[in-house]
Amino acid sequence: MLGRTAQNLFWLSRYVERAENMARLLDVGYRMSLTSRREGGAAEHLVSMMQAAEVDEAFAEKHEVADVAAVSNFMLFDEANPSSVRSCLLAARTNARSVRTALTLEVWETINAAWLEFAAIRPRDITGAKLPELLGWVKQVSHQFRGALISTILRDDGYSFSTIGGYVERADNTARILDMKYYVLLPRATLVGGDVDIQQWTLILRAASAHRSYRHVYHDRYKAWNIADYLILRPEMPRSLSFCFSHITRTLEMLAVAYDKRLPCHDAVAEVNAMLDGNNMDAIFQNGLHEFLTEFIARNNRLTEALSESYNFY
Amino acid sequence: MGDKSPFDEMRNADGSVREPYRQLDAWLKEQPDEALGLMAADAEGIFRRLGITFAVYGSSEATEKIIPFDVIPRIISAMEWRKLSKGIEQRVRALNAFLHDIYHRQEILKAGRIPEKLILQNSAFAPEMMGLDPARGIYSHIIGVDIVRVGPDEFYVLEDNLRTPSGVSYMLEDREAMLQLAPDLFQRLKIAPVETYPENLRRTLESVAPANTSGAPTIAVLTPGIYNSAYFEHSFLADQMGAQLCEGPDLFVDGGKVFMRTTTGPEQVHVIYRRIDDDYLDPLTFRPDSMLGVPGLFDAYRAGNVTLVNAPGTGIADDKAVYTYVPEIIEFYLGEKALLSNVPTYNCTDDDQRAYVLEHIAELVVKEVHGSGGYGMLVGPASTKEQQELFKQKILARPDNYIVQPTLALSTCPTYVDAGIAPRHVDLRPYVLVGDQIRITPGGLTRVALTAGSLVVNSSQGGGTKDTWVLED
Repeated sequence: MLGRTAQNLFWLSRYVERAENMARLLDVGYRMSLTSRREGGAAEHLVSMMQAAEVDEAFAEKHEVADVAAVSNFMLFDEANPSSVRSCLLAARTNARSVRTALTLEVWETINAAWLEFAAIRPRDITGAKLPELLGWVKQVSHQFRGALISTILRDDGYSFSTIGGYVERADNTARILDMKYYVLLPRATLVGGDVDIQQWTLILRAASAHRSYRHVYHDRYKAWNIADYLILRPEMPRSLSFCFSHITRTLEMLAVAYDKRLPCHDAVAEVNAMLDGNNMDAIFQNGLHEFLTEFIARNNRLTEALSESYNFY
Repeated sequence: MGDKSPFDEMRNADGSVREPYRQLDAWLKEQPDEALGLMAADAEGIFRRLGITFAVYGSSEATEKIIPFDVIPRIISAMEWRKLSKGIEQRVRALNAFLHDIYHRQEILKAGRIPEKLILQNSAFAPEMMGLDPARGIYSHIIGVDIVRVGPDEFYVLEDNLRTPSGVSYMLEDREAMLQLAPDLFQRLKIAPVETYPENLRRTLESVAPANTSGAPTIAVLTPGIYNSAYFEHSFLADQMGAQLCEGPDLFVDGGKVFMRTTTGPEQVHVIYRRIDDDYLDPLTFRPDSMLGVPGLFDAYRAGNVTLVNAPGTGIADDKAVYTYVPEIIEFYLGEKALLSNVPTYNCTDDDQRAYVLEHIAELVVKEVHGSGGYGMLVGPASTKEQQELFKQKILARPDNYIVQPTLALSTCPTYVDAGIAPRHVDLRPYVLVGDQIRITPGGLTRVALTAGSLVVNSSQGGGTKDTWVLED
């Protein structure tokens, strides 16, 4: 397959996943801001959410005050924000159009219809209850895209590049969510969290659709230690770093077999796995959670570079 | 031509229904009032969701539009089609022979049957092609012949599109839409299939692979990219044929061969169905500023290591000024009389003919020699005095830049419009494939002028399309 096609498939999945993650983050920031009882607390939550999405600086260039209206408009509709839902869906559709021949009708229709529907929304109509509704819709689009992919796409190298793109983006996002609130997850003298902690933990879990499933895995109250463990190391948690990388690793192995070649990207993925395999939360906390996450994000980025070198993205 | 009311393909002048349309007429009468309106709305939804769009250059409010689709099909009888396809086949045979001759010995010029100046000084003539031998000696492999009908037995060829005719994806998608919208009609009539086109296109392309190809040839469709007006069609055809859809930067030339950049390294390409113009193909041979093409592509072509479909330089055979000589060309190479007529055309460089044109411009159609898409033309009967005056000045300033034809009373077909079913003018573009054999898909693209009385069917000027049914015996 053309190197450009592989690249487009990789980024198509990344952009759809990113649109979903932006919706998740905004959802969390919005809820936090609603429940904040402190003066200025709402704006703080929104800003720290934008820090996790790495769009806080771009926001500050255009806006003085971080309120729900300005932030949600920026995260959803602003084309000046390269990670806004609008930018992501447009980029996804442009990528999909470029590789139209590598997609099934079902996959193409999902992306095309999502873009047409989103483009018809007037930002000023998205107020009050309409906001969570729209965020839910963005997540649905992403689920529908993956569903169409899984049930209709040929399991060839193209599928591999799509798969890798989705998981690379998701791992990046989970790491960022954790990093945004790493300090509330640090072990402290008191084992039991206060109300504020519990509220923050709930929101972290919610951003990863993990606030319910947590109970099934841990049969316990929300605890910082478990939450970090859940989102970093648990192999059965579909947004955990371990889960994402077990899929990326498996998929890269399939490519190595299909192409009969091991390439720089296989070394790059081994570098990431070295951080996850056999690791435990004791060691991670001892060496610093923030340091761990920063290093993880850097190695994940290097994987994308290695992929484009290995498979002639250009 | 001109004075009497136009020929309607469904109804005779006395109101009775013509034979090929009997079943359709009965079906239309059975439909409840709202049915056609609902079908039209469904069709629009189908097309938009599929992303069957085209871009209108210069339109800022939306970069992608859908071509209006009319839900009432146009029907051609088996006998009519036999006649048409014979005439078309004769034409493409002769035009390919003409191209071979022009780029080799130029017998037709030596024989004085066509003025030398008209060919050799024509901007569509490609001197780079002199002496080059394309696979099977074929220059134009994919052709869309524009035909209009003015009477029960009267067809005219308006244009032979021998470069990169577009629209075939609409022929296929229109059929797909009709099958979804009116499946019961397909049970009542025996309609020749058009779905064979992609398969035949692939066979045609494979059959013209370079002689030195070992194994199955690799085929690529070369597109200018997603912002091109016909991008949907490029991706559609590549998809349907299972060919690679490439942009210029995906290809490179090394050692006189063309390669694609794939995830596993370079892979040789043998046949390129290119949908970019000659000028942009290869910046080393043609326009040096082209970002769309592939440097060195023409050298690889000259070396016989890749086939370009269609060949560069085919434009000399569908040039509007050369068009008037097509009957001559058919006689010269095939020794036969042309089966399909040309539209009579006035030559403005001739003093008498120009005088006639200037005096009768209100009844005539003026076209730029190198214009296309309905841009830069004057339809006399639909024009204002000012427009006519403007074109008179243009003709006087550059008489060789225009051809002039009588206004043809294009046939009409019943069409679903706001006011209900009404006759609208149509033309027809059948698609021809030339490779190991000549294959003409039964049907083609019917374009319809949606405005009452309008004769301009181009999609860029608000025209729509219809599914075209050729009946089988």
